[in-house]
Amino acid sequence: MWQNNLAKTFFSLTILIVLEGCDSINDEGLLAQKSIIYCSEGSPESFNPQTVTSGVTIDATSNQLYNRLITFQSEDNSIAPSIAKSWHVTRDGKKLTFYLRKDVSFHSTKYFTPTRKLNADDVLFSFNRILDSNHEFHNVSGGKYPFFQSVEFSKLVEHLEKINDYTIRFTLKHADSSILANLATDFAVILSAEYAEQLTKLGIQQQIDILPIGTGPFKLKEYRAGSFIRYIAHQEYWQKNKTIEQLVFDITPSNTGRLTKLLAGECDVTAYPIAHQKIIEREDLILDAVTSFNIGYLGFNTQKPPFNNPLVRKAVALAINKKAIIDTIYFGKADIANSIIPKASWAYNEDEQAQLYSVSKAKELLALAGYSDGLTMDIWAMQEPRAYNPDALTMAKLIQADLKKINITVNIVSSFEWATFLKRLTLGEHQSVLLGWSADHPDPDNFFTPLLSCASAKAGNNRTFWCNQDFDKLIQSALQTTNVNLRKQYYAKALAIIADDVPVVPIAHSKRFQARSKQVSGKILNSFGGISFVGVRKN
Amino acid sequence: MLLLTILSFSLSFLFPGNSVINMSGQVNATAEQLSLLAAQYQQNENIFSQYLAYISRIFSGDLGLSMASQLPISSEIANLLPATVELSLVALLLAMVTGIPIGFIAAIRHRKASDNIILTIAMLGYSIPVFWLGLLAILVFSIQLGWLPSAGQISLLYEINHVTGIQFIDILLSDSQYKWQAFQNAGAHIIMPACVIALAPATLFIRLARSAMLEVLETSYIRAAKAKGLTLQQIIFRHAIRNAFVKVIRDVGLQFANLVTIAMVTEVIFSWPGIGRWLIESIFHRDYTAIQGGLLALSCFIFLVHILTDFIYAALNPLAREKKHGT
Repeated sequence: MWQNNLAKTFFSLTILIVLEGCDSINDEGLLAQKSIIYCSEGSPESFNPQTVTSGVTIDATSNQLYNRLITFQSEDNSIAPSIAKSWHVTRDGKKLTFYLRKDVSFHSTKYFTPTRKLNADDVLFSFNRILDSNHEFHNVSGGKYPFFQSVEFSKLVEHLEKINDYTIRFTLKHADSSILANLATDFAVILSAEYAEQLTKLGIQQQIDILPIGTGPFKLKEYRAGSFIRYIAHQEYWQKNKTIEQLVFDITPSNTGRLTKLLAGECDVTAYPIAHQKIIEREDLILDAVTSFNIGYLGFNTQKPPFNNPLVRKAVALAINKKAIIDTIYFGKADIANSIIPKASWAYNEDEQAQLYSVSKAKELLALAGYSDGLTMDIWAMQEPRAYNPDALTMAKLIQADLKKINITVNIVSSFEWATFLKRLTLGEHQSVLLGWSADHPDPDNFFTPLLSCASAKAGNNRTFWCNQDFDKLIQSALQTTNVNLRKQYYAKALAIIADDVPVVPIAHSKRFQARSKQVSGKILNSFGGISFVGVRKN
Repeated sequence: MLLLTILSFSLSFLFPGNSVINMSGQVNATAEQLSLLAAQYQQNENIFSQYLAYISRIFSGDLGLSMASQLPISSEIANLLPATVELSLVALLLAMVTGIPIGFIAAIRHRKASDNIILTIAMLGYSIPVFWLGLLAILVFSIQLGWLPSAGQISLLYEINHVTGIQFIDILLSDSQYKWQAFQNAGAHIIMPACVIALAPATLFIRLARSAMLEVLETSYIRAAKAKGLTLQQIIFRHAIRNAFVKVIRDVGLQFANLVTIAMVTEVIFSWPGIGRWLIESIFHRDYTAIQGGLLALSCFIFLVHILTDFIYAALNPLAREKKHGT
């Protein structure tokens, strides 16, 4: 009899729980409907984008936690207001004045409660931390600000001054039209000076980059390294567009793991998915792709024979079958590069012709250069996959086969790990190398200056060591004006010089992929920089 | 237990490297710290006092640091073991609830078609490798049908504080407004791994229950009941089940060790945050301290379950109790 009673009690208990459950669903709605899980490919190394360049960290932090003074409009990559509601550049291009919004509030979290809104002090703090090596926060996380160092920010900005609480002025040493683009990148975020003060009082300054305080649409709730990041909505966000309540980064480094979670519905959005065909076939999933602002190229060491001879460089360029490379290495998921500038950039030259693929012409040029019997060359290829070149070794093998047709014997050098590889390239030990570049911001200068300028050749970043005075003058002139049409003309001429002298053979502009559930709407992926969950909704 | 600690103790000598480092996990220790540790472990004494020092440290709850993460092993185990306990207990329950009744049915329908079918399926089920079954289950139920989640203990959406480590209890203790949703979600997460783990033990229980029931049905008291004119139903429900069940319970403890082994593999497949996955990762990382501590903790757990089932067996079966006093 007691068994019978027990069964009855158990049964009614179950019913009770079920009924109670229904109630709570009606009251609160499903948490899953108000949250998005993003399966990311790795753990961020810091929560402050100023101190890093890695894509994983930028994806996880920049647009989620912070705002910049100015930002890029997603439609045409033009510069748009953000924390600065407007700005003014003097005619000589040396003074930039930003007028700040007055309604921007910082995150209020367990570890910090702001007492005031954002003002000029915060902007001053954020940039002085980078510019002033004596600043008390400059060395807190190692004193490295790789993006700002690469654009020589501290050499460009003479000083920063606070005009009043909501006005701030940058004074530059010389005019540089790329500064606005630099200030709009994911790296130029605004931190809270008040939070920094609090940390200094407590003597825990290093916490500033670990437990972040920003003005962005989400604030950090919890982070477990290698496992997940939990963000919740910043209720007082100044842009006040209704968004999701919770954003979780599920850190899943394994490619198959991310795919499984996507297909099983455990994540709503997945970074860098594999098995594209499978995702396209599924009705409940969408595969997004954007052509990234990047370039994968074959660069020649123009200081060393045989590639100090432009004819040989041209011959090699003519003999490479780019179409085959795109199909094999990128599985057709990339654009053939006609120049170093991708199509999405305003500096892209419509008249730029697709490079010829002609074995006979290549042979002619090679004979003209005095190598009618052929020659032997090295191609250096990196071991690690990069966004712009997922498999350099196979690409090198394809080029090896292509060049065999014009009697060039290729040795592939791929025994160095990434750091050693770059160091040896800087020393100029290579003859040619398969490398690439991902732009930090859409200003075209970000392709020209770091890749091929004379200054960059001296610094060792320009691995071709190609230094052409005419080309340098053109890209300098382009920086000294803000007139876009004029800049476009300069860049077209600069591109023509590259096409003629061939220091690099542009190969591909790869695409960045992302898969998401149909329920998720809004733009997450950008053609450059990190992802953004601002205004992303779940239906 | 003695044997276990001796084994774990000797492992630190068998693993390559310094035995003090292997035992303490202090990979980055300075020479002074090392000599201090060596003194604590009485490295300069004879092997017996070394062993005693080791045991006393274990009893004080000090299992050393994990070589990979440099966190105390004891706290890692305290975090991870409950998840494994939860999973294996659910799986055990599942295996018993399905296996034993099916076994009884097979025995009652002895030598009939249904008996043969059940035995065949049991044999098949027992022969399927668990990692293959796990992957197949993910492929079908997660990827193709999208019914069940493939990884973890609960969706990351729900914030559940770690109190006992047993997810369902923690959810009930938490003050989240989404408690019920979290409960459902955790339920959905445990179904697949628990079923995968339960399959092999369930098939064993089928066979155990079947032979136990057959044995009981042969006994004289059942024959007496039959002679009294009781229906088959009455015989089975009033007399046979309880007696056969007692026989099965005796073997549950034995099966449990087997089940935990299967659970370890399953934890890897389903990314279950339990001690099995951690232990297998430790083996990959050559984290000797973690291997020693993990083995010890897991064996103790299995050992406890053995004792527990013996007690339950004794409680259910008066015969087992009386034997102690002698007749």
